Order: sequence, then structure tokens, then C-alpha cells
Amino acid sequence: MTRTPDTAPPSTSASESNRARARILGRLRDNAPGSAGAVGAIDSRIDMHYASRRTNESDSQPARVDQFQRMLEASHADVFRASADAWSAELARRLAAAGVRRVLFDTACPEGSALARALPDTVAAQSYELPIEAWKDLLFDTIDAGFTVVRSGIASTGTLIIEPDARSPRTVSLVPPLHVALIHANTLHADLHAAAANERWRDGMPTNLVLVSGPSKTSDIQQTLAYGAHGPRALWVVIVTDESEQSPTA
Amino acid sequence: MSTTTESTLHFVPGADFRARARAALDDPQLRRSFRGAMDFLQNKRSAQFPEADELEALRDLGEAVRQHALARLPELLEQLEAKLCANGVQVHWAETADDANRIVHEIAARRSAKRVIKGKSMASEEIELNHYLGERGIDCIESDMGEYIVQLAGEKPSHIVMPAIHKTKSDIAHLFEKHIPDTPYTEDVDALIQTGRRALRRAFVDADIGLSGVNFAAADTGTLWLVENEGNGRMSTTVPDVHIAIMGMEKVVAKLEHIVPLSSLLTRSATGQPITTYFNLISGPRRVGELDGPREVHVVLLDNGRSQAYADGELRATLQCIRCGACMNHCPVYARIGGHAYGTTYPGPIGKIISPHLLGLDATADLPTASSLCGACGEVCPVRIPIPQLLVRLRTEANRAPDEAVAHPLRGQGANHKRGEQFVWRFWSGAFAHPRAFRALRWAATRLRAWTPSQQMGWTRHRTPLKPAPRSLHDLLRERGQPE
Repeated sequence: MTRTPDTAPPSTSASESNRARARILGRLRDNAPGSAGAVGAIDSRIDMHYASRRTNESDSQPARVDQFQRMLEASHADVFRASADAWSAELARRLAAAGVRRVLFDTACPEGSALARALPDTVAAQSYELPIEAWKDLLFDTIDAGFTVVRSGIASTGTLIIEPDARSPRTVSLVPPLHVALIHANTLHADLHAAAANERWRDGMPTNLVLVSGPSKTSDIQQTLAYGAHGPRALWVVIVTDESEQSPTA
Repeated sequence: MSTTTESTLHFVPGADFRARARAALDDPQLRRSFRGAMDFLQNKRSAQFPEADELEALRDLGEAVRQHALARLPELLEQLEAKLCANGVQVHWAETADDANRIVHEIAARRSAKRVIKGKSMASEEIELNHYLGERGIDCIESDMGEYIVQLAGEKPSHIVMPAIHKTKSDIAHLFEKHIPDTPYTEDVDALIQTGRRALRRAFVDADIGLSGVNFAAADTGTLWLVENEGNGRMSTTVPDVHIAIMGMEKVVAKLEHIVPLSSLLTRSATGQPITTYFNLISGPRRVGELDGPREVHVVLLDNGRSQAYADGELRATLQCIRCGACMNHCPVYARIGGHAYGTTYPGPIGKIISPHLLGLDATADLPTASSLCGACGEVCPVRIPIPQLLVRLRTEANRAPDEAVAHPLRGQGANHKRGEQFVWRFWSGAFAHPRAFRALRWAATRLRAWTPSQQMGWTRHRTPLKPAPRSLHDLLRERGQPE
């Protein structure tokens, strides 16, 4: 069946898809095995597996930050740590030194306004104001870098968990050739299992959640690793290690 | 809407498998490409699994998650559909490749779409979507670097994870020089990738529709989980106004959290990465207030023969597959003949066990026999599909009499059934079951050995002819005074 949300007009092949649905499900039901076993048993096996992999030593906060940085660097990301008071000036300096002229970010959030204040005159702050259709060419051709504050991170794989929203949409971390991500160290999870469980992904997902573990890359030509295939060529990660003045993102 | 229903699925005739395998074996460049690539991928994988215990425990979990999902498949598909629908995603059901193509074409036609940008999708290869839409005036551009390369070359992927694995730097340099304007010949891989990036950048902006596959789908949250390194998948599912995802219907699992071990098994088994650059979790179209992302998301649930595999308790394990490609990376046959020789969308061991369901045993009868049953594929499979056992089973089905009644007959049952061969086996078992007949046969074989034919079909192509001994073991023992 072609199931359409809201009041979208039904497709002309809706009845065809509807019949296909009935036949497919009928065939599957006729042949489904008797018992699937309890789903709770699988859940607890997965929980136990990941719990057994975590040791107290490796799961301390400083160890997580170290591992997170090590894994990201192994994936070709540039990582630097800074305090809540110092990161914006340091990042502004690096952006200017890299020749970045236009950075796309949410200038209204606390981190965004701190960065906007710190940027020198040579680097323009651009916020995402219009739907992508209204400025697609400009987005692709004139933005040198995108800056995002990530929701959280994963230490074991060096992964950023990004939840795009209205102020910081999906393409900010995707289209510009340089992606700069800021992460508060206290948001690091030990592994993907912990991230999904602690953040209760099961209770509902945003329209898009993206896990990023380095700059875009490919080995499609003779198994030779090359960066900057279609996404950002470079990934910079700012780890804010203390939380003196600013509060971490929710 | 077009009424064309011709099957476009057999891009090469299955019967030519032997000839293609022979040609591949005689191509030293191809042999070198695959040997090098297989060694590379095997080493990368084994480096990701330093602890055997962890690997085995994770494989147990992967198998359990997939088996649980398959046991509840009809229920989970309905749950996924309801959840996706609630999230604002439109769900379509396709029984056959043609159905799926028609559904995609209709979505495109409704929006007068002319350009489709594609992320990597083996399901779309399986239904030959590019061909179908191309015939109807809609351009599909592959954006995965490997897929883009094989599309430029007018070829098909030779590997499910690394589509252009058979191509050398120099092949690709020539292709780019020929097909992409302002591109000088270079074998520098960074330069080649930047050329591909430049060539495809515009295609993302101009595309009316983005099309992708799906690695995993979670029924509890209605989430599509896409795994990639390049960012072309994110581009294809983010920049165009419409996103269509095609997924084999077996890819659903009960819970989002069940994908955690599966995704780890997938990336480590496939390319030897602890995680890929992007896990792209899509749970709905752009919401009011959001400024990018597709405003329309469609999911096409594809059967195309999968319910045939599902019907049989043993063959159902085929559907546990998470498409990592480790079985082909470790297969001595695949390493020697490469992906194209199989003539099917999915090559290698997984191709040999899934293709008979997609295309029928009659079109794929040679495939289950193209194996030494060495067991390497089963040993590395991250979800423990007993591939060698399934190959033997498919051989049995291919040799079964076409009209023999069985509980779950496979399409093309009896494709390898030969009356002469059946007669020989019946004669043989009859002779061995009756002492008198056996003695007569033994006497004839030893005494008439001079008349043994020197051409013994396939056997003598590479080996000396078989000839019975002058005296049987029984004869020799009797001569020594040790009766039977």
C-alpha cells in the first residue's frame, strides 16, 4: 500500500501498491516461524556485551577525552582543546590563518555569538536565514566553512553526534569544504551503545541525526585513501574542556 | 505511464558464466587487481578484530538480532510502515523489480523530475533503475566515486562495497580524461578524487530527486540508517527536494539500538573501519521551520524474490545478510574471477545464495556450483549465515526433478536436472545394494579396463583419465587367502 501522511493526494498506483502489500505480508505471515524469542533477551545481551567492554579505567572522563581525540586524529581530523573562555579567540585565529573568508553558523546560540565576537574583520559570519532553495548556489559556491555545536560525542570511535535544527541545518556540516565542530567534553559517551541508551534515542528521533567521524573520504580508486570526496575536505574539532562561564548545550 | 514490462534484469546471460570465468582467469591484470584488493581488505578486517572472543561474541549478537527480526518480519514491516508514516514518510510496497521501478518513475513523473542524483544503492542496481528511468528520459547520476567510475565506463559494480575495485588508477585516469571536460590525464589519486568531486558538485545542486539505499531500518523509531564515507549519501538525501530510499524488505530490525552491534560488524567487516565517516540517521522529511532537507521522503520496500527465501526455514538465513562483502573478500573463487564473471548484481558467495531467489535457479544454476565449499565465507560472515550449507542446498534444489513436489519449491527448481545423470546414480546405488550385481560390475570393470574411455568429460580436461585397477581389493584379498 502506498501510505501517505497527512492529506497528500493518493498515487495512481496506490491500489497496486496496496495489493502488493497484502500479497507480500500474506506470503510472509504464511511462512513466518513460530516463535521469535523475547526481544528483552536480545536487549540485555547487547547491554551486557557493551558493559563488559568498558573498564573503569577507560571509562573515566579524562580517558574518554583522550581516546576521542586520538580516534579523531587517526581519522584525519584536526583536534584542539581549549577552555570555555579561550576557544573562540583561538578558533578565530585559526580560521583567519587558513584564509577562510565566510563562515556559516548559528550566530544566536551562546557559542555562536562568542565566535562572532571573536572573528576578525577578514572573516565574515553568515547565519542560515533562508530555506536552502533560496540560496543553494551561494551556499555551495561562497561559504568556506561551517561551524556547528554538536549534541555529544563518542569516545571509542572518535565520533561527533550532530542534531541539525532550524538554526543550524543539515547542510552546515556537509556542504562547506571545512567543517568546524565544537564539543563540550562533558557530553562524551563511552561508545555508540551508551550514546543511544543514555540519550534515549528509542523515545524519538529528530528528522536527521548525523554521526561524523572525520572528514569526507574514499578508497574507491585502487584502495588509495583520499580525503574530501563530497563532504568537507577538512574537519576541525574544538573540545571545550572546562565549563566555567558557559553552560553546555542541553 | 509506460506499460513496458520487459525484464531488464539479465544484463548478461547466466549461461555464459563458465566462459566469463575462463576469460577472467586468463586476464592477468584483472587477477592482479583482485588479488591486491582482496589481500588489502582481508588485512584491514583482521586488524579490526584483534580479539577473537569479542569478534565471536559480536557475531553471536549480530546473528541473534537478524534472526529475531526475520522471525517477526511481517509484524516489523507493518510497524516500520506505521512509524515512518507518522514521521511523514511515504511508504510503497514493490513485489517485483518492475513494480519498484514503476513506483520511482511515478514519483518522478508527478514532479516532472528530469535529474536524479544517486547515493550508493545495491537495491537500485538489482532492479536496474538507471536503465528503466533512462529509457523514460530521466537521467540518473551515480555520486559514489566507485559507482560514478563504473557508470562512466558503462559497466556494473564488480563488488558490493567497492564498485570499481577491478579498475586501476590508469583506467580511471583515462576515463576521466575522456569524459570530464578540462581534465588532463593524471594518476594522482587525490587529483582524481578532486576531479570527481568537481564534476559531481553541480549534480547535487541541480538534482530534482535524491535516491539512496538503506543499510538498516529501525521499526521502533521509523529510522533509516545509512552508512558511508564520502558524504555523497548525505548530499543525495539532504540537498534535493525529494528523497527516495529503496530497501530490501529484510533490512528492518526491531529496535534502533539493535543496529549498534550490526553497524559495528558492518564497518569492521566491510572496510576494516571502526566506524565510517558518516552514519546518517533519517527519520523524516524537513519539518516546518527547518531550512533544508527533502520536503518529501519516500521508502520503497522491495520483495523481488526475498519472500521465496523467507518461506524456507533453512534458506531464510540468506536474508540475515547485512551486505558487508566480507564473504567475497575472502572467497578464493571471487578473488580469481572477480565480480563481473558472476553476471549478477550481487557477486561472490552472497550473490550465489541470494541471486537464485531474485532471478530463479534456471538463470543462476551454475552459481551454487562455483564454489570449492572451503568454508571461508561462512567463517567470516558477521551474522553467521551458513553459506556453504546453503550452497549445497541450492545444488540439491537445482538437481531435483523439476516436477518433484516439495513444500517450498524454488523458482527454476531442477535447472541442473539431467536424466542421464539421474540414471547413472540410480544404476550405481542399485548395483551397490545388490551383491550379485555388484560382483558382476566389479568383474567387468577390472577385466574390461582396456576399454576405459580416455576422454572422460570434464575430468580429463585437467587430469589423466581414471582407469580401474587390474584386480579389485576383494580379488587381491582372496588370492592371499583372506576371503571377503
